[in-house]
Amino acid sequence: MSEAALRFDGVSHRYGKTLALDDVSLIVPAGCMAGLIGPEGVGKSTLLGLGAGITRIQQGSIQALSEDIGQPAARHAICARIAYMPQGLGRNLYPTLSVAENLHFFGRLFGQGGAERDARIAELLEATGLSAFHDRPAGKLSGGMKQKLGICAALIHDPDLLILDEPTTGIDPLSRRQFWALIERMRARRPGMSVVVATAYMEEAERFDWLAALHGGKVIATGNPAEIKQQAAASSLERAFIALMPGRAGKDASPPEIPPRAETDGPPAIEAEGLTRRFNGFTAVDTVSFRIGKGEIFGFLGSNGCGKSTTMKMLTGLLPASEGSALLFGQPLHAGDMETRRRVGYMSQSFSLYGELTLRQNLLLHAQLFGLPADSIDARVNEMLTRFDLAAMADSRPEDLPLGIRQRLQLAVAIIHRPEILILDEPTSGVDPVARDDFWRELIALSRRDGVTIFLSTHFMNEAERCDRISLMHAGRVLAVGKPADLAAARGKADLEDAFIEILQEAGMGNAEQDAAPRAAIAVAPPAKPRRVDLRRLWAYALRESLEILRDPLRLAFALLGPALLLLTFGYGISFDVEKLPFAAYDQDQSAQSRQLLESFQGSRYFIEKPPIASAHELDHRLQNGELTLAIEIPPDFGKQLMRGETPAIAIWLDGAMPFRAETTRGYVSGLAASYLADQTRRHKGEAQPLYPIGIETRFRYNQSFKSANAIVPSVIVLLLVLIPAIMTALGIVKEKETGSIANFQSTPVSKLEFLLGKQLPYVVIGFLSFFCLIILARIIFAVPLTGSFLALALGSLAYVLSTTAFGLFVSSFVRSQVAAIFATAILAIIPAVNFSGLLVPVASLSGTGQLIGLGFPAAWYQPVSLGVFAKGLGLADVWRNIIILALFGIGFILASVAALRKQGA
Amino acid sequence: MLRFLARIFRLGIKELRSLRADPILLGLIVYTFTFAVYAVATGAKFEVENAAVAVVDEDRSPLSRRLQDAIQQPFFKPPVLIDARQIDTAVDAGQYVFVIEIPPKFEQDVLAGQYPSVQINIDATAMSQAGNGAAYLQNIIYQEVAAALPGSTQALPIDLVVRARFNPNLKSDWFTAVMQVINNITILAVILTGAALIREREHGTIEHLLVMPVTPIEIMLAKIWANGLVILAAASFSLIVVVEILLGVPVSGSIPLFITASALYMFSVAALGILVATISTSMAQFGLLSIPLLMVMNLLSGSTTPMESMPDWLQTAMQVSPALHFVGLAQAILYRGADIAIIWPRMIALGATGVVFFALAALRFRKALLTAQ
Repeated sequence: MSEAALRFDGVSHRYGKTLALDDVSLIVPAGCMAGLIGPEGVGKSTLLGLGAGITRIQQGSIQALSEDIGQPAARHAICARIAYMPQGLGRNLYPTLSVAENLHFFGRLFGQGGAERDARIAELLEATGLSAFHDRPAGKLSGGMKQKLGICAALIHDPDLLILDEPTTGIDPLSRRQFWALIERMRARRPGMSVVVATAYMEEAERFDWLAALHGGKVIATGNPAEIKQQAAASSLERAFIALMPGRAGKDASPPEIPPRAETDGPPAIEAEGLTRRFNGFTAVDTVSFRIGKGEIFGFLGSNGCGKSTTMKMLTGLLPASEGSALLFGQPLHAGDMETRRRVGYMSQSFSLYGELTLRQNLLLHAQLFGLPADSIDARVNEMLTRFDLAAMADSRPEDLPLGIRQRLQLAVAIIHRPEILILDEPTSGVDPVARDDFWRELIALSRRDGVTIFLSTHFMNEAERCDRISLMHAGRVLAVGKPADLAAARGKADLEDAFIEILQEAGMGNAEQDAAPRAAIAVAPPAKPRRVDLRRLWAYALRESLEILRDPLRLAFALLGPALLLLTFGYGISFDVEKLPFAAYDQDQSAQSRQLLESFQGSRYFIEKPPIASAHELDHRLQNGELTLAIEIPPDFGKQLMRGETPAIAIWLDGAMPFRAETTRGYVSGLAASYLADQTRRHKGEAQPLYPIGIETRFRYNQSFKSANAIVPSVIVLLLVLIPAIMTALGIVKEKETGSIANFQSTPVSKLEFLLGKQLPYVVIGFLSFFCLIILARIIFAVPLTGSFLALALGSLAYVLSTTAFGLFVSSFVRSQVAAIFATAILAIIPAVNFSGLLVPVASLSGTGQLIGLGFPAAWYQPVSLGVFAKGLGLADVWRNIIILALFGIGFILASVAALRKQGA
Repeated sequence: MLRFLARIFRLGIKELRSLRADPILLGLIVYTFTFAVYAVATGAKFEVENAAVAVVDEDRSPLSRRLQDAIQQPFFKPPVLIDARQIDTAVDAGQYVFVIEIPPKFEQDVLAGQYPSVQINIDATAMSQAGNGAAYLQNIIYQEVAAALPGSTQALPIDLVVRARFNPNLKSDWFTAVMQVINNITILAVILTGAALIREREHGTIEHLLVMPVTPIEIMLAKIWANGLVILAAASFSLIVVVEILLGVPVSGSIPLFITASALYMFSVAALGILVATISTSMAQFGLLSIPLLMVMNLLSGSTTPMESMPDWLQTAMQVSPALHFVGLAQAILYRGADIAIIWPRMIALGATGVVFFALAALRFRKALLTAQ
């Protein structure tokens, strides 16, 4: 222990107003197992995050392996020697990727070559007993196996310092035992490695070489476990910790007492008979039967994924049972049964209340929804706040509070309507011992005093021992049911945990992942100092992103087929050809002359005649309801006046509601009138005589037939190549922030640019592929001629797709939620792309702000390329400037993302 | 029944509180209904305005100069005199939409009754301006020639008075402004409600709601009224302040009737948002499904290009789009001043789309939200 693994000097850290760490100075020794213990929210995770370099230092200085990680250069160099595993089961893993693919990804992040990765992965999988699961998606592993895979990922680069944040929280006792055995073997394999662990399990901490107990952002004790116990004069570490906590004086430090349950007669509160649930051929719960009496505390134990949560969901009516029946109060449960729901309280495994509402608002909402009498609601909410010691933070939001407090709130919510049955799915997972004891006192009071039936699942053996009866589940089946003491006695064990592990092992758990004997690490050169720029790291992200897209066929299909479908729809749908305009005549003359005039309209392909109009009122009405676009009003005596040469007036009414259509109609009307007049003169004078002394020839260039499709299809391509690529990349970063895998970016040597470009690359490929699809459709279905240089179009499109995917990443780098990302991309991209990029109005004719917005977005620069190459026969020489500007947009958005993205969290 | 309504009300209040907690979303809503509407209405005009014109004058006579002078703002930018050899490159680069070529000896030929021709080259790829702009230019040229050489033209035997109802000057910003508000309502309603549901699923809160005495119908209705109310309020503000006051668009119809129609529309598109959310399993899928849907609804509902121009099969298919009916309603109410007696069939069609979306979403709700995980 010559060197310190981590050294903190005067470190303070705040989240908003909350002080998480208060002037902590601490030296964590190297080369041993060091533990951080303490309740939720005392700053353990913050301390580890700071030590791993993923959290920005606010105050104080920190050295990891004797390097000052406040210096970016030192941090970059040292992070290849540190491995960090964040809190939560498999949070930094990618669930759709297989075990091996996950590990290859981590190997690439550290710049390892293919052969080296293969060797290391084979060795690590063998050491962890995961070899048989090489190709299984990480998301389908049990909790214990996920954590083992997490360890493999952390050890892939042979770190000198391994930082584990609550690695065993929420996994079953057997997996926990296996996990620590694995860590021991890994330490034997690399004797010099320092391990720093935060844990809430005191019995685990007993085995550590060195401990630091934290409370309220301060270190309250350090030393080896024996020293700490001695300091508090307590027999176990758990009791020692409770005794050492400041402010506990006078409070009850003894474990909760459980008064014996008075056996009651009557029907059981919960009764399951042959309950079975299958998901796509996989049986999650297999003919489970049990009865829980009124007022009983019934515990459910078992490994992760063994079917505990599924069983509970079936009891609450959240999931229908595939077979069997569940009775609550002797009644079968129906999805529509509101009365039974009023009598049940449920607490799900993960926090599932509204993080954005205050504690009081959450309680209020539930009281109201359960239909408590309005005049009693306030009193009941206040009662709950006091009873669960939440009054002080009634107006804070749960998202700002530690897990322990959130769990208390969940329990308060679950019982606010005085249910007769409580179904609690791992209510104390991740909660520290003190809070757990408090929590249990509440449960005991509910059971013994109010006669509430409690059905809960847990991984804590000391909690299991407090239950009236427990049931052990494995792989969807119940292995044993009974009183805790009886179960232990039946196995001849003093300890319930040992009894359970024996039962589990008999059932075959853990055999599949046989633990191999320790073996020395393969000899490889010590990791070189990470390079500043390493294409392998970029490639790691690109490959991983591609695999994830390939595993989501719906998304892939939409990415490739979506644009094609839209092109088909828009190619036909968006058209400026104004035709088939409905018109009707209000002919008050009904003479030969008036009919002649109307004939010229009837013969035109632009107009479709509707039944004639009979009155002025009808004319108004039919224009108003949109039936007519054009009404022709011919006055009485039109024919006579015309014959007399009196220049009679004809009124033509247009529906001006859609100005473009009306304007075009007006053009048609003048054209028809002109030909009518020419006819008239010919009729009178017997020869054609032009109206004007000149002629005007109009020549529609590029699109002789003036066909909308030829101009619209290239413009629609502009629209599609911005929206679809941008929406795909927009979730890229923010999704990693929400799931927690962003920690991999923060704790490894990958640079911001490598991360961004790696994420962008697959989408550029997809965008470019869909460009080819669109071109083929345009040529074949719409027969739009491609008159210019294909090379210019392809280069321009590549530059465009680069810029639009970069735009999506830019949005993703600053928003906080996926909702906001979708929303921002939709709003920020659709408006300029549709209105200001030349699709509807030429950019040259946009005015003021519109033109500025247009030119500030890549679409307006790509439109001349697409349209120019398609319709105008342009080549590279004509459009190279636009291509360069598009590429600059791409670079600009990437640089802006680099600036907005933080390598370290707050 | 009373309890049913009370629960919907409570859940809706919760939605409003959640929305208030997300400043980026609120900021985007404000942006969409103010700046975005204003910028599009004033920026992207469909009428021929400030169109770029070049003239190749090979005559250089008083008449040819007179023609050039007649091409004036606001329809056209002052014409630029270019050389005949420059025509191709200038039009290729999109510098000019129109190039007018006046041939040599033009004036001389006119006076001699030789009937010379002026040529107008039009960049036909500028679809929205080419046709109408060419018609304007023809008119201007004919009229100038007629004015310059009185007696050379004939008196017209009839007096053709063409008047546009509801928007006499055919100003496109009147149209674009309101249509932009409608398009934004569509985007917001689908994304806000749909994403709110996906967020509940991803955070596990939907599970919590479903174990309470609350039905999926209540959850859906609560999301619809709360998000709808916010959007409706923003849209009404936008219509009154941005469109009527700031852009000076006269709204001839009844605003209460329009708001009623909007409420009906909100129900329909919000239900559609929920339906899309029950189909997609993640936010990424929701994004990829809803964006194309929104584009189709916005571009093919008559708010951008005329419905009559679409092929018949597409017009028929688009009848399922609530946007089509709402655009029709909005045009009838706001521009043509139509009342309920005229528009009720469309109201029914709009309501029917909403009921169908809502029913489909309700059927999928429980299954999609719970078993997909």
